[in-house]
Amino acid sequence: MSGALREAVLVLADGTTFEGEAIGWLPDDEVATGEVVFNTALSGYQEIITDPSYAGQVITFTYPHIGNYGVNPDDVESRAPACRGVILRDIARRPSNWRATDDLDTFLRRHRLAGLAGVDTRRLTRHIREAGAMPGAFALDETAARTAAADAAPTDGVDLVAQVTTPAAYTVGDAAAPFLVVAYDFGIKTTILRHLEAAGCQIEVVPASTPAADVLAREPDGVFLSNGPGDPAAVAGGAANVAALVGEVPVFGICLGQQVLGLALGGHTFKLPFGHHGANHPVRHEATGRVEITSQNHNYAVDVDSLPAHVELTHVNLNDGVVEGFRLRDVPAFAVQYHPEAGPGPHDATYLFDEFTALMAES
Amino acid sequence: MPRRDDLDTILIIGSGPIVIGQACEFDYSGTQACRVLRAERYRVVLVNSNPATIMTDPEFADATYVEPLDVPSLTRIIEKERPDALLPTLGGQTALNLAVALDEAGVLERSGVELIGASIEAIRTAEDRSRFKAAMTEIGLSVPRSGFAYGVDEALVVAEEVGYPLIVRPSFILGGGGTGIAHDVDSLREIATRGLAASPVSEILLEQSVAGWKEYELEVMRDHADNVVVICSIENLDPMGVHTGDSITVAPVQTLTDVEYQRMRDAAFACIRRIGVDTGGSNIQFAVDPRTGEQVVIEMNPRVSRSSALASKATGFPIAKIAARLAVGYRLDEITNDITGETPASFEPTIDYVVTKFPRWAFEKLPGASPVLGTMMQSVGEAMAIGRTFAESLQKAIRSLETGRFGLNCDPVEVAYDGLSDDELVRVAAVATPERIFQVEAALRRFLPVERVHEATDIDPWFLDQMLQIVEERDRLGALSADRMTRADWRRAKRYGFSDAQLAHLWDVDVAQVRDARMATGVVITYKTVDTCAAEFEAHTPYHYGTHEDEDELAPLTRPAIVILGSGPNRIGQGVEFDYCCVHAAFALRDAGYETVMVNCNPETVSTDYDTSDRLFFEPLTEEDVRDVCDALSRAGTRGGGELVGVIVGLGGQTPLKLAHALERVGIPVLGTSPDSIDLAEDRERFNALCERLGIPQPPGGTATGPEAARAVAREIGYPVLVRPSYVLGGRAMQIVYDEAALDSAMAELGIAGSLGREGGLSAERPALIDRFLEDAIEVDVDALRDASGEVVIGGVMEHIEEAGVHSGDSACAIPPPTLPPAVVVTIEAHTRALADALDVRGLLNVQYAVKDGEVYVLEANPRASRTVPFVSKATGVPLAKAAARVMCGATLAELRDEGVLRPPATGGHIAVKEAVLPFSRFPTVDTLLGPEMRSTGEVMGIDNSFGLAFAKSQSGAGNRLPEQGTVFMSLADRDKPDGLLAARRFVELGFSVSATAGTAAALEDAGVPVESVVAKVGEPVGVDAVELISSGKVDLVVNTPRGRGPRADGAHIRQAAVIHRVACVTTVAAALAAAAGIAEATTREPTVRALQEYHADGQLRLEV
Ligand SMILES: Nc1ncnc2c1ncn2[C@@H]1O[C@H](COP(=O)(O)OP(=O)(O)O)[C@@H](O)[C@H]1O
Ligand SMILES: Nc1ncnc2c1ncn2[C@@H]1O[C@H](COP(=O)(O)OP(=O)(O)O)[C@@H](O)[C@H]1O
Ligand SMILES: [Mg+2]
Ligand SMILES: [Mg+2]
Repeated sequence: MSGALREAVLVLADGTTFEGEAIGWLPDDEVATGEVVFNTALSGYQEIITDPSYAGQVITFTYPHIGNYGVNPDDVESRAPACRGVILRDIARRPSNWRATDDLDTFLRRHRLAGLAGVDTRRLTRHIREAGAMPGAFALDETAARTAAADAAPTDGVDLVAQVTTPAAYTVGDAAAPFLVVAYDFGIKTTILRHLEAAGCQIEVVPASTPAADVLAREPDGVFLSNGPGDPAAVAGGAANVAALVGEVPVFGICLGQQVLGLALGGHTFKLPFGHHGANHPVRHEATGRVEITSQNHNYAVDVDSLPAHVELTHVNLNDGVVEGFRLRDVPAFAVQYHPEAGPGPHDATYLFDEFTALMAES
Repeated sequence: MPRRDDLDTILIIGSGPIVIGQACEFDYSGTQACRVLRAERYRVVLVNSNPATIMTDPEFADATYVEPLDVPSLTRIIEKERPDALLPTLGGQTALNLAVALDEAGVLERSGVELIGASIEAIRTAEDRSRFKAAMTEIGLSVPRSGFAYGVDEALVVAEEVGYPLIVRPSFILGGGGTGIAHDVDSLREIATRGLAASPVSEILLEQSVAGWKEYELEVMRDHADNVVVICSIENLDPMGVHTGDSITVAPVQTLTDVEYQRMRDAAFACIRRIGVDTGGSNIQFAVDPRTGEQVVIEMNPRVSRSSALASKATGFPIAKIAARLAVGYRLDEITNDITGETPASFEPTIDYVVTKFPRWAFEKLPGASPVLGTMMQSVGEAMAIGRTFAESLQKAIRSLETGRFGLNCDPVEVAYDGLSDDELVRVAAVATPERIFQVEAALRRFLPVERVHEATDIDPWFLDQMLQIVEERDRLGALSADRMTRADWRRAKRYGFSDAQLAHLWDVDVAQVRDARMATGVVITYKTVDTCAAEFEAHTPYHYGTHEDEDELAPLTRPAIVILGSGPNRIGQGVEFDYCCVHAAFALRDAGYETVMVNCNPETVSTDYDTSDRLFFEPLTEEDVRDVCDALSRAGTRGGGELVGVIVGLGGQTPLKLAHALERVGIPVLGTSPDSIDLAEDRERFNALCERLGIPQPPGGTATGPEAARAVAREIGYPVLVRPSYVLGGRAMQIVYDEAALDSAMAELGIAGSLGREGGLSAERPALIDRFLEDAIEVDVDALRDASGEVVIGGVMEHIEEAGVHSGDSACAIPPPTLPPAVVVTIEAHTRALADALDVRGLLNVQYAVKDGEVYVLEANPRASRTVPFVSKATGVPLAKAAARVMCGATLAELRDEGVLRPPATGGHIAVKEAVLPFSRFPTVDTLLGPEMRSTGEVMGIDNSFGLAFAKSQSGAGNRLPEQGTVFMSLADRDKPDGLLAARRFVELGFSVSATAGTAAALEDAGVPVESVVAKVGEPVGVDAVELISSGKVDLVVNTPRGRGPRADGAHIRQAAVIHRVACVTTVAAALAAAAGIAEATTREPTVRALQEYHADGQLRLEV
């Protein structure tokens, strides 16, 4: 709310409009366009904004006060935000936290990220819940926004991963670590790398399009399939490469990684009406019957019935029954749809990283 | 594993009388538990000594015992009912401690009662601070440095290791009783002494003080399969050092990054697992160093708590209900979330609004107590408000308090600190008091830097900046005016939580003008829904809050709807009794086919449970907020074909009653007794005229605005006189004066503007009322019911134990009247009927009488539900509140009898005694003397087949356990000596030895009553004085009646000593005689335990008409 108030408007593809005021980086002639989704987490906006899985999307925060604790150099999931914009009710003017180095508005401007504040985000959320996630655009100029929203293409079939994957391979962690893991970067979150490292892995992060052969040539103890944005079916070469790796080395996938593994196994994926984006989704771990409160961020899911018989369902979403995890009975490969690494979110499922290293130790 | 089928009967223990630190939040949790367990087809046995509660309604349990919450009576009940299990986690600290005591006494084992919810081991580890700290250290969680001491000298030694400043905290106490922060050896000595006395195990913890750190709470639930979830996170605006119960608290946490929040969550889970709470809710408190983020665990409560009630209302997740289910075998994922109707309860609610809780204190009623907030809870109630932003919820919370504030500023009181210099202002704000937030506002309004205010108060800069934004908005608005406001301006102001009343004050125009101008620009309130999921799923429960957004979520109204206005935050004089009435109205009207709508802002209550009414609006009870709700319902009616029938203002105490006129003025139908009748009863002159016309005697009296006039009136009517301001309630600032000197000083006090806080001084339109004080008169309370056809039913005639002069709310009373001659009762009933007719009452009427020498005087009539309604209903089995609600909506008493709603009173020869519970143990510096100003926070009921036994039960229920033998210490005012003799004789007959102060001793000995020892006056050099005698534990019962008044009057020390050393103490001869009767019977016959259901089934007589 610093500086003079600049009125702006959000227009959805179906023509619905919402008034608000510009925050972050939104020049007069700029229009922010993307698929509008909502996230219900109460904290962790910095991690969410920097999560590459939001590429091509505009994030609506359902919690009204965003920016309260500012931003800091540590709570980032990638070098720069990949999302197209943020929509919220109220942005903190005066952050307060001992780790804060800056306020959110400055952060948005530094990353040339557009924002819309003062919005009735609950109305927007209810609309998306009923009508489904859809493209939208916001700008100071309503007609510009309206046109952009009308022209905006849906993300289905678009390879958003190409926009966020690393151009060149790089290595994280200690060469002396017990395990060498090759991680496909579909838009990998820093927290995942931290967890793998903590679990005793050195990680070679490779571009999404890296052929299976090149991966095997690195003689990894295991392969990790990262999270990432958009439609799994559109990830160029993803499924084919993974298909060639399954059975060769232990495989662990998270989020988009699970979807790509599902496709590699001959299954197919579908789009959820408005996805799962939050930090409070209950998931049952079938093996123990225990409920895990999970961090989630995905619009697509694997169709359980499309998976081959040697696939065992390991985790299920208690809200809507969506597949949250599966493993292969015959070969060392498993994946989850949610985010055991949290960042942001609960730590209920961090055990999965140890299961991965255990799997690598066995084979 | 779902429902446990191996259990049949489950015993639930309530939390007893409302006391500071344990208010009606436990009525809420207990009621939920009873409802759930019965729905699960268990046989529920409930014990609670508090008759004002909803849970003790016969319909909520299979067997309801209103009996003292102590081991003997619980043992009797257990042996009689043979429960399979005891659920102790929903009745606060009282229930937990009692469970432990029953276990130690071997009762549970002997009767094969299984403890469900939390094991003895878990309770001990959590409640005993030494074990708790050991346990936390064991699992690697840090706790403040500390050591234990069992004596003052030991404390001084330990303090050297821990270092100053340090906080002293007794083990096994509630609400922080007896705790305090010591900065040096001397303060430690004093605080340690109090602490050791407060702890039942005389153990105190000396702990490194982290005052000034940020304070957080997590509400956590766990099931037997070890699934654990956080229901709600709470951040205290006031830093560590101010008890959470006295802090302004906010949900969810605002200033923690996800990294730090998750660390806290992990710690909370580790804690609940280590403590071993098998199932249910727990509250875990943390302190965080704002400079480093270092986090320490402060305490955990292995039970539902005040904060769980808050968390339930803040999120829509019914913690107590779920806790009860978990206790009988369900897992979180086996229970569905009521609100979404499809998703399971095994999740963490997420919210899209901000909740602010604001405490309400009663210092103005406790002269001698200093209003400084510390580690010991002192508030008597709280209001909660929901807004889309903190600013909005804070301003709503403040106007919910009914302390005369319209919001954070923009009201007549905002100038309060203008007189102070910047430095003075910062200095006063540095001390935590109920006023601090307004001092902070004043500082920010002068644009003192946020940093400086933060330095002084340790309030987080984020909160300060939010308040600064309100202040800046105030400035912006100040430059505008109602007619120059654009739609955007209105919307912005409203989004900062400004009420029309605030703007009217700011612009010095009347509210109507503001409202009209706003409406003209189309800015109308919208209602959002509390849904546990931030709109991710559709909500099926219409639990709403008002805010200013684009979209309104109210469903169309399809049936005739009735709005019931609740009673707002608990305060002395207005507590759970009124919530009881509102909840009953909701149930009765729902049964009668109406759509019921509740409006209230007290998170502790059953009325704010989302399934008590068909719709719940969690809103302040101000004219604007209530009117907005009604207008919105009318709009919803036009959409759905239903209509708003009207509003019930007569059941929630003074709070809604005050709104009657305003609502009527804007054309909202007020159901029940007409506002004009209410006025007729409340307006002094009009009421006098009415009584005159009806030939009903009143104490002679007059009004005066100055000392001269006052003397004249007094001379005319004769001393003693009762002096009080004409415009306050709950007996505020009443004084009994015996001579002119006292009268002058009383008038002088009333004269000082502001001596009554915000209520101002004397004036022509606000004169002092001066009445003849009827000495040694018997006071009588009557609750009656009248319908449109003119039929009147007398609900109950209550004879007070203490004489008139002790506020009706503070004196014990009995049904049926134990000593009133039948003829007097007949007169009283006749007067009551006459008044009911004259006031054209539709619903309840409460009349207070004083009977002197057979003559019946009326003191006041309140055409509304009174404090005593639930007590009468528990005593007689007649559901007065239910019937009243129906009558207000047009039903006749005859119809209700046919429907079976109204039943004749049970008169099976039993007698019920209500005793008041006073907060003195928390305010050791306050005189315990009872007077015309009400000071009790709660009540208990004793019920048995004789007066003596019922009275004895009421005393132990109130924590004033009567001795069976020993020494009675008597010190009587001269005018009490004649009757005092009778009491003394009875005690001697009962084998007590008597010791007394010189004067009293002489009087007794003259009359031939042997006096063991004559005690020196307090402070006299020779011999032991009374205080020393009491302190040395040589006294078992203190009878001390007032000589003169004022906190330092003679006798104050004696009563204080009694409180501090927990010696039973009565301050009137009447009570002394009752006590004698009680002791006599308690020692000769075993008290019986019987369920209300049994009493109510007894000797049904016809309702006499
Ligand atoms: N070590 C401490 N230093 C400073 N303040 C403290 C400390 N421990 C507790 N407090 C304050 O005292 C209050 C009451 O302490 P708590 O342990 O919660 O007792 P209770 O059982 O009364 O809730 C807390 O809310 C907190 O504000
Ligand atoms: N004339 C009187 N003589 C004796 N006691 C009185 C008299 N008037 C009031 N009282 C005492 O003062 C108490 C409070 O007065 P009341 O009129 O009931 O005020 P409130 O509205 O606060 O209940 C009464 O309960 C009664 O004990
Ligand atoms: Mg506490
Ligand atoms: Mg009264």
